Amino acid sequence: MDDNWVLQVKDVSKAYGDNPVLNKVNLSLKRGEIHALVGENGAGKSTLMNILFGMPVIHETGGFTGEVWLKGRKSEIKSPKDAMDAGIGMVHQEFMLLPGFSVAENVKLNREPTKPNWFSKVAGPKFETINLHKMGYDTRQALDRIEIGVDEWLPLMGMPVGHRQFIEIAREIDKTDLSLIVLDEPTAVLTETESSRLLSALNKLAGSGIGVLFISHRLDEVFEIADTITVLRDGEVICTVPKHEARVENIAEMMVGRKISNSKATQPGRTTGNGNILEIRNLSVDMPGEYVNGVDLNVRKGEILGIGGLAGHGKLGIANGLMGLCHSAGTVMCDSQEIPLNDSRAALDAGLVFLSEDRRGVGLLLDESIEDNIALASVVSRNKFVKKVGPLPISVEDGKSIREHAREMISLLDIKCTGPQQSVRRLSGGNQQKVCVAKAITMEPEVLLVSEPTRGIDVGAKERVLSVIKRLNAEKGITVVMTSSELAELRSMCDRIAIMYNGKIHGILSPDAPDAEFGFCMAGGGGVPGD
Amino acid sequence: MIDSLKQVLCKFGLPRLTIMLFLVALLVVATINHLPTSMLLGNSLVRIGMNGVMVLAMVPSVQSGAGLNFGLPIGIIAGLIGMLVVMEFRLTGFLGLAIALLVACVLGIAAGYLYGLVLNRVRGQEMMIGTYAGFSIVSGMCMFWLLAPFKNPEMIWVVGGKGLRMTLAVGDSLSGILDRFWGFTLFGVKVPTGLLLVFAVACLLMGVFFKTRLGISMRIAGANPAFAVSCGINVDKMRILGTVLSTALGAMGMVIYCQSLGYVQLYTAPLMMAFPAVAAVLIGGATARKADVLNAVLGTVLFQTLLTIALPVTRSVIEGDISEVAKTIISNGMILYALTRKEGDG
Amino acid sequence: MKEGVQVKEGLRVKEPLRVKEQLHVKELLRRNAVPALFLCMCVLGVLISGQNIRYIAQELISRLARNWFLVLSLIIPVTAGLGLNFAIVLGAMAGQVGLIVATHCKLPGLVGLITAVVLSIPIAILLGISAGHVLNKARGREMITSMMLGFFANGLYLLVFLFMVGTVFPIDNPEIVLDTGVGLRGTIELKYCKYALDNLLRIKVLGINIPVGSFAVVIALCFGMRWLYKTKLGQELRAVGQDMGVASVAGINVDRTRVIAMVLSTVLAAIGQVIFLQNMGTINTFNSHQQIGTVAIASLLVGGASVTSATVGQGLIGTLLFQLLFIVSPAAGQRLMGNAQIGEFFRVFIGYGIIAVALLIHSWGRKSSLESASRQAMMKEEAKTTGSM
Repeated sequence: MDDNWVLQVKDVSKAYGDNPVLNKVNLSLKRGEIHALVGENGAGKSTLMNILFGMPVIHETGGFTGEVWLKGRKSEIKSPKDAMDAGIGMVHQEFMLLPGFSVAENVKLNREPTKPNWFSKVAGPKFETINLHKMGYDTRQALDRIEIGVDEWLPLMGMPVGHRQFIEIAREIDKTDLSLIVLDEPTAVLTETESSRLLSALNKLAGSGIGVLFISHRLDEVFEIADTITVLRDGEVICTVPKHEARVENIAEMMVGRKISNSKATQPGRTTGNGNILEIRNLSVDMPGEYVNGVDLNVRKGEILGIGGLAGHGKLGIANGLMGLCHSAGTVMCDSQEIPLNDSRAALDAGLVFLSEDRRGVGLLLDESIEDNIALASVVSRNKFVKKVGPLPISVEDGKSIREHAREMISLLDIKCTGPQQSVRRLSGGNQQKVCVAKAITMEPEVLLVSEPTRGIDVGAKERVLSVIKRLNAEKGITVVMTSSELAELRSMCDRIAIMYNGKIHGILSPDAPDAEFGFCMAGGGGVPGD
Repeated sequence: MIDSLKQVLCKFGLPRLTIMLFLVALLVVATINHLPTSMLLGNSLVRIGMNGVMVLAMVPSVQSGAGLNFGLPIGIIAGLIGMLVVMEFRLTGFLGLAIALLVACVLGIAAGYLYGLVLNRVRGQEMMIGTYAGFSIVSGMCMFWLLAPFKNPEMIWVVGGKGLRMTLAVGDSLSGILDRFWGFTLFGVKVPTGLLLVFAVACLLMGVFFKTRLGISMRIAGANPAFAVSCGINVDKMRILGTVLSTALGAMGMVIYCQSLGYVQLYTAPLMMAFPAVAAVLIGGATARKADVLNAVLGTVLFQTLLTIALPVTRSVIEGDISEVAKTIISNGMILYALTRKEGDG
Repeated sequence: MKEGVQVKEGLRVKEPLRVKEQLHVKELLRRNAVPALFLCMCVLGVLISGQNIRYIAQELISRLARNWFLVLSLIIPVTAGLGLNFAIVLGAMAGQVGLIVATHCKLPGLVGLITAVVLSIPIAILLGISAGHVLNKARGREMITSMMLGFFANGLYLLVFLFMVGTVFPIDNPEIVLDTGVGLRGTIELKYCKYALDNLLRIKVLGINIPVGSFAVVIALCFGMRWLYKTKLGQELRAVGQDMGVASVAGINVDRTRVIAMVLSTVLAAIGQVIFLQNMGTINTFNSHQQIGTVAIASLLVGGASVTSATVGQGLIGTLLFQLLFIVSPAAGQRLMGNAQIGEFFRVFIGYGIIAVALLIHSWGRKSSLESASRQAMMKEEAKTTGSM
């Protein structure tokens, strides 16, 4: 066994319930190598990391199959502590730092050097006094190793985000015997200059023989720093290539592309002559992680417009901004009428209906029945399903018509349930999504905004949901704006596909443009053809 | 078989089952000891009617997402002022009661609105803030009672001629006016028809309200604020409305309570009154996130019957008045139980 | 934002500093607004009441001697993120049980006192452990839960001492049991160990009696707390208090640490109650413990503490101001409104009011800091995207 390997992941598979998230993943990392793991959200990157770090969530859900080898030896990582002992360091996406503590206290958290005293000899090591001098000295050493001049006794509070990232790294390298450091999207919150400093620090670390596993979906950085690139998609390793053999467009394409039959049902150019139903000008949306920054977009009446792009570039922000769920600015005209922003009532009145990507958080009332989930939103916003109480001037919900309507929807969408009164919490993801679709249909949209309609649902439900959306478009002339991270899905549904990059529309492509073009566009390549 | 039994048990809830069994045991002991069962039942009915509206006040507050209304004393104070106004002007009979309810309701709405504004700024901490807002107002009002410009000599301290007394009799024509209305006796059980009727009407109105668009909007706002926003519902407004309804109901509930009791108790008396009301709705099967009219009715019936029957029964077995202690243990224990359950448990 | 730094204030380590900070005058004022306000109220109160300064001083000294320890018992749960521990009532009960037993056995003086403490500690540990476990089940709702726990425990306490003494527990001692033979008396005189600690060493300064023994115990506690926060356990308590998630990823057993915090607090409260009662001389069997929760918490808050940060200094100063207000408000009410009762109600109102306001500020502040965080993130994002264009 070559002990140059710091980490070898062998045939690792993992499923949450019936939902497979990792399928026979293989990954190897040498001493001093910087290995980039790229993939879209939901590709299985975080699950793989959780396995490496022995997070309880893995073992609570039945563990995983396959083997993890560290430094040429098979190892059992059962808890984060095991991982730390084995020499794995982890830099989390959300900072695992305490703002009220100083840098040194953070670096040494729960690893404080202590001195025994008379009381601790009686009452146990918890009562040993903390050795502040050694704490400061060790921290200084670690900070110096990554060349950051921050004072080790300053409180973290008020420190720039960039420094915090370095402190996380310092904490990891301060651990003795660190052989592998895993960084999850380390540059997501950094400015340009901070990022480049971080990357050079990583290079130094690798130079000292530590393996670096770098998780990102920012391809420019990956190409700047990595020695090897592994693409993960749908829980499978698509390819592992040395950097000098890889090209940005190929990698982007591999991250999003899916090999499915390209069943194009929309006729090319069928909506070219139609007027615009939505005219969006200079739209900015404050959606954390998905900021939109000055989007101009026209949506034609009767079309299905796709919005794609890599995660974090703002594709999800548009619909949330239009519906007033996230704070937004700009102008939006619907049928030449301006819709006031940040007012979901106004958006609904204008005929916009939203199928949220956050099904359980926004889309459903989890503890209510199927029928209520389908109907109540329409009762409130469309005044449907109400009846008068005798001669009184008040109207109440009409349970009978709600029940009937729910039955209709259940059979139309083939929702698998025990009846319209079942609580939606117990339904499977696919059936929950169908309930959401039913709710949206019931609200009689003119423009249907659909975000990630097939995320986390089974194949059968996927097909059903997409075909219903398509039918709504074809039969009732409902305009659809569909946001999805699955390019193949967009291509099979849409008339045009807008690609977001850095909070802006980077290009609008035809669904039958070649894969490479999409990849190029998503990676921010300039000069976009197709529109 | 065992599984389905377990399911039924779970659905019904362990606390309710325990209390019911306890209740049955008490009734058995009562019959064995030849206690006047009909009188006990009559008293239970009165106490159910007295407390029912205040328990019902919990429903809109929970439904709108503002949580259990631990700030009920705010409404209670409004109710007390309503009673005092009527007594000061020596209004009697149904006119007096109606005016007391009206004043209580108006003050309750005003106070509830302000309280709702505060609660909207302190999401997640409503219970704690509510408790201490209630405590502060009750203790602040102690000063008011001392200084308030009431002139009726029956209400103010004899010595000094200033400040309201601790306990005021509401007067013969007001005292028990609802209890006596259409009252009748059945198998020796005195039925306070008017009182129960008022509670029933309040429940009915509340039930209908939650079927209107406004009521549904409020339910949605409480169940899932994000969903509500996506339906164009103003969640803040709904929470304020829920708090206003709750406070106004608390105020009117207090008027009903006082007329039945025959006394108005001032100063620190209302301090802890929120807790039994909260406990009752929890006993009825509500949680901090879900409560309906049925929970309020069931809870009131169980809790008040238990307290009424426990007193004489325990007295026949052991010395001393254990009912206050039992009330403390049961109501606080119930609230504690509800607080330590995982969020989202049914 | 201010929380973490404030935690440090009273517990700062001399060399090297664990957290370096610069203080500006404005910042200093903002941080100490609450104690400053109460200082003004106290000064006004003293002036209005027109009471003899020596009387006030004497009263204050003895009130400080009996209250300080109790107030300080609240600090550990605050630093451990459990908020204001309304469940110190449990500790107080344990202390009372110890004293009642000591009185029952007629143990005199310091022996009785020490016996009371020794007896109450295991009870307090048990109660603290159960309270800790209950609070672990009610994350995010610790304060209301600890409050309800106090009320609930009070019910059980009443059950035991009103109905079970003389029936289940065969105690037949007319000094403490009611004439009926069931239930404890409402007030029990501590004949044997009254003032045992206070009388250990009393000195007179300017005619004011100072119970040095009690103060010595408080000073010892202050140093003990200071020392605690220099140990590994102290560091863990503070880490858990700041962020349970981060602490647990770092390998700290969060649940256990929180239980330890509750146990420490409950034990200290038990000792505190014993000190309190030996100074009072009588136990109000069914009331003494109920008051202390509110009074101690209000005192701590008056000192400028909040739900998430409290220091020994804040506890000491807060108690001083609150008790001073307590002493002068009836007389001030009498002078101002011609009614002493107004003053009494006023101090109760202040007690509840300060807690309500502190909780309000806490929740209000939290929201705005969240907002500013997301705003900052957005600005950052914007800077980045425009930078890369």
